[in-house]
Amino acid sequence: MRQHLLALLAKEPAHGYELKLALEQTFGGAYPSPNIGQIYVTLKRMEADGLVCSEDVEQGSRPNKKVYELTPQGREAVAAWVDEQGEGPRGRDDFFIKLALAPQAGLADRMELINRQRRYYYAQLRVLADLQETTDRRDVTARLAIEGQHLHLQADLQWLQRCQEALV
Amino acid sequence: MSPAPLALLCTRDLVKDYHADGGTVRAVRGVNLVVEAGEFVAMMGPSGSGKSTLLHVIGGLEQPTSGQIWLGGERADRLSPTAWAVRRRRGIGIVFQAANLLATMTVADNVELPVLLAGGTARQARVRREELLEQLGLAAKARTAPGRLSGGEQQKVALARALANKPGLLLADEPTGNLDSGSTAEVLKLLRQAHAEGQAIVLVTHDARVATQADRIVNLFDGMICDDAPMAVSGSRPGGDASPLAPLRWG
Repeated sequence: MRQHLLALLAKEPAHGYELKLALEQTFGGAYPSPNIGQIYVTLKRMEADGLVCSEDVEQGSRPNKKVYELTPQGREAVAAWVDEQGEGPRGRDDFFIKLALAPQAGLADRMELINRQRRYYYAQLRVLADLQETTDRRDVTARLAIEGQHLHLQADLQWLQRCQEALV
Repeated sequence: MSPAPLALLCTRDLVKDYHADGGTVRAVRGVNLVVEAGEFVAMMGPSGSGKSTLLHVIGGLEQPTSGQIWLGGERADRLSPTAWAVRRRRGIGIVFQAANLLATMTVADNVELPVLLAGGTARQARVRREELLEQLGLAAKARTAPGRLSGGEQQKVALARALANKPGLLLADEPTGNLDSGSTAEVLKLLRQAHAEGQAIVLVTHDARVATQADRIVNLFDGMICDDAPMAVSGSRPGGDASPLAPLRWG
């Protein structure tokens, strides 16, 4: 969640509840319902780590709210996250969250994110093809593992195409 | 006016419109593509992205609406159909989805024909034909009429014919489209071998496994190139895993 909050703050400063709303509005049921307590805890930890800083804002008759914003260190951290390539299913989910959040915050271009993810899948396919070539024809288990990975990658590529059609 | 590009193939702002009832469809909208001698380029994209159209235009089978095509430093976009046919005979091999084999000749004759047309001897043609059919597992069908082959076999013969003259540039549109995995592997092996011998290949495919065997993948979307990147070479793995070749992930 840390990266997701940083990505949202890259767009503009916000307080905890606004971040919860932003996550809900962006992802709806696709994101586990963000727990406000967890958001506050994460924000506090990030502040202790120097990634964000906060300011108390008066609200008249209501208690002050803490508005958080990114520090330069925080900006660096989120830029690094956008650039890094996650592996496996976690990488795929991460990619999707970046696709949803990064453009609004001016962190990355959607087409560039999609291209980069696609190139990653292509590289994986090439590695698999090389592996297939060196695998014994009679090794059924190994061949099944490879075939399974192929199918996953094909599905990933198809989904990427759908993302491109829908979002770009 | 800028100097003629020296690459094997170069397109500038290539546009192709189709006129259908109700209006114009812009199938290719400003494509700039450069292919150097010996390069193996795969083109991918969803249906309707323009990749097949682009290949047809590059091969002179369709005339562009606007833009320039340079083949080995010479302008080609304004050639007449006859001039294109001569140009292709000189150095472009084409394999399209419809095999277009000559039905009244045997498989062997179909494959040998380009060599003979280019001035090769009967012996040269035969040797080349035997080599190609052998690699494609079709040696036994040399004396068969194309009409008696399966769709996949016809496609393989069309590929053999396109490669017979070792053209500088091979254009292939879904050459593995109708093939099972065994035949796909044979075709890929032949293409890789041709490439190793210096063949430039531009191959349109919807199969990423085929595309990732190329040096470079161009992605088309809605008539434009949206990505054009070299294939990562094995040894330089992106991301980096503890065991880079394992398709299973533990934990």
